Amino acid sequence: MIDSLFPNVDWDSMWEATLETLYMTALSTLFTFIIGLALGILLFLTAPKQLWANKVVNWLTGAFVNIFRSIPFIILIILLIPFTLFLMGSIRGPNAALPALIIGSAPFYARMVLIALKEIDKGVIEAARSMGATTGTIIWKVLLPESKPALISGITVTAIALVGYTAMAGIIGAGGLGTLAFLDGFQRSREDVTLMATILILIIVFVIQYIGDLVTTKADKR
Amino acid sequence: MIELKKVTKKFDTGKAVLTAVDQVDLSIADGEIFGIIGYSGAGKSTLIRLLNGLEKPTSGTVEINGKVITSIKGGELRKARQKVSMIFQHFNLLWSRTVKENIEFPLEIAGVSKAQRGKRVQELIELVGLSGRENAYPSELSGGQKQRVGIARALANDPEVLLCDEATSALDPETTDAILDLLVDINKRLGLTIVLITHEMHVIRKICHRVAVMEGGRVVELGDVLNVFQSPKEEITKRFVAQVTDSGDSQETIKNLRELYPTGELVKLVFVGEQTEQPILTKLIRSHSVEVNIVQGNISHTQRGAYGTLILQLKGSPGEMEEALAFLHSEDVQTEVMHND
Repeated sequence: MIDSLFPNVDWDSMWEATLETLYMTALSTLFTFIIGLALGILLFLTAPKQLWANKVVNWLTGAFVNIFRSIPFIILIILLIPFTLFLMGSIRGPNAALPALIIGSAPFYARMVLIALKEIDKGVIEAARSMGATTGTIIWKVLLPESKPALISGITVTAIALVGYTAMAGIIGAGGLGTLAFLDGFQRSREDVTLMATILILIIVFVIQYIGDLVTTKADKR
Repeated sequence: MIELKKVTKKFDTGKAVLTAVDQVDLSIADGEIFGIIGYSGAGKSTLIRLLNGLEKPTSGTVEINGKVITSIKGGELRKARQKVSMIFQHFNLLWSRTVKENIEFPLEIAGVSKAQRGKRVQELIELVGLSGRENAYPSELSGGQKQRVGIARALANDPEVLLCDEATSALDPETTDAILDLLVDINKRLGLTIVLITHEMHVIRKICHRVAVMEGGRVVELGDVLNVFQSPKEEITKRFVAQVTDSGDSQETIKNLRELYPTGELVKLVFVGEQTEQPILTKLIRSHSVEVNIVQGNISHTQRGAYGTLILQLKGSPGEMEEALAFLHSEDVQTEVMHND
């Protein structure tokens, strides 16, 4: 029955492509989370009147974030080819997609982190200072826990965007469901392959969204 | 002992320089409950933040128990802050932590071991009357309970000074009284110096020993709460005092009373401190043949004794009246015959 609906689908390569997509999404989400968090915290703390208020650092970080957030992803991939080649030694395969995926989405997540941190009640930070907390303690014990729900829902949105980005990276041969849909489906006019790849991507997105919502709700004690 | 010397704080807003605190000299004794009252914008929020170094003065020095807060920084300042703790109008609890974990926070900062933290938290929860709510989140507590957590958190590292930033302004009158009682209790039990800022004279009246009145960044009046209530000097102080005692001083009130009680004489008595506990009226009625009718009265209790006024209608022959007034004078009660002019 399924074989008659999808006559051209090679299930082994479909499964392999799904794993590649999951691999790229998981790793790039992890690095995006770490780098985006660091950039977001830096943006927050160097803003005027904050603990590390510093115009130059704030401006530089802001400029970096804005530039990389504004370049369309498909162009970013092409611009980063020399960098990727230098870093990974190849521009083909799932690993080669990672630098572009991370550089493309970390600034996006950094902005979300900044918004989340700005939502924190200033009084709570003042209270921590009045108890003699160091900036490190304020970051780990006030800023991060108090913005946890927003940080989690932000990384959920970013991870979903990254699933889309991995498909685009497929155009330059990153592998995964994007490559499969483009090369096997579109270029060979096998619509059933494209459809199956789309269904699998949708399932991945829904699962990420479901888990993200669940964790966000659980983390929110307000 | 807290000592402020010529403390000035200016804010540069870009367009203009705002002087929030202007040449303030203050000296607050150990174990004292010291109130600072003023309307919003008077500079009291800035002043209290100068005491724990959250704000740095433009000039002048702040000294607490021999430590010059204004000249230390970094680790030394953070260490000093553990002994000068603060509670806030909006409580400023971490919503992501339970009651227990919120109270534990300053202990974590001070590097207290986990086992000792648990023990100390339990003591504090009992002290502020929150037993049974240890594992609740702030969102599950009432305003009064949240402030109790704030107080427990502030007491965690055995501070020498407790700063209260409008600590009861977000609470209803009944809860305010309960929190104020708790502060007095802590002050007596732990010998803690309390400095509080407020715009409510009720708070000053109920718990403070001394009060400073602030206006435009300056301390315009300073003294024992009882004395300030009895004889406020500045116009602003009179307005604050009138918040809690309508002493019947205004011409309007006198005129109204005169119309209501046209016969005899209206006499205003002012009681201060111990006199309020003497049965002066009983003595007056027993030993004199004047007719006494109570027209209006109120008594305010402060930490340094009570303060009250009583307006009486006295009727009798001129001779009897004179004797009655002489008796009141001899009992050291401030007496004033109220004329309608």
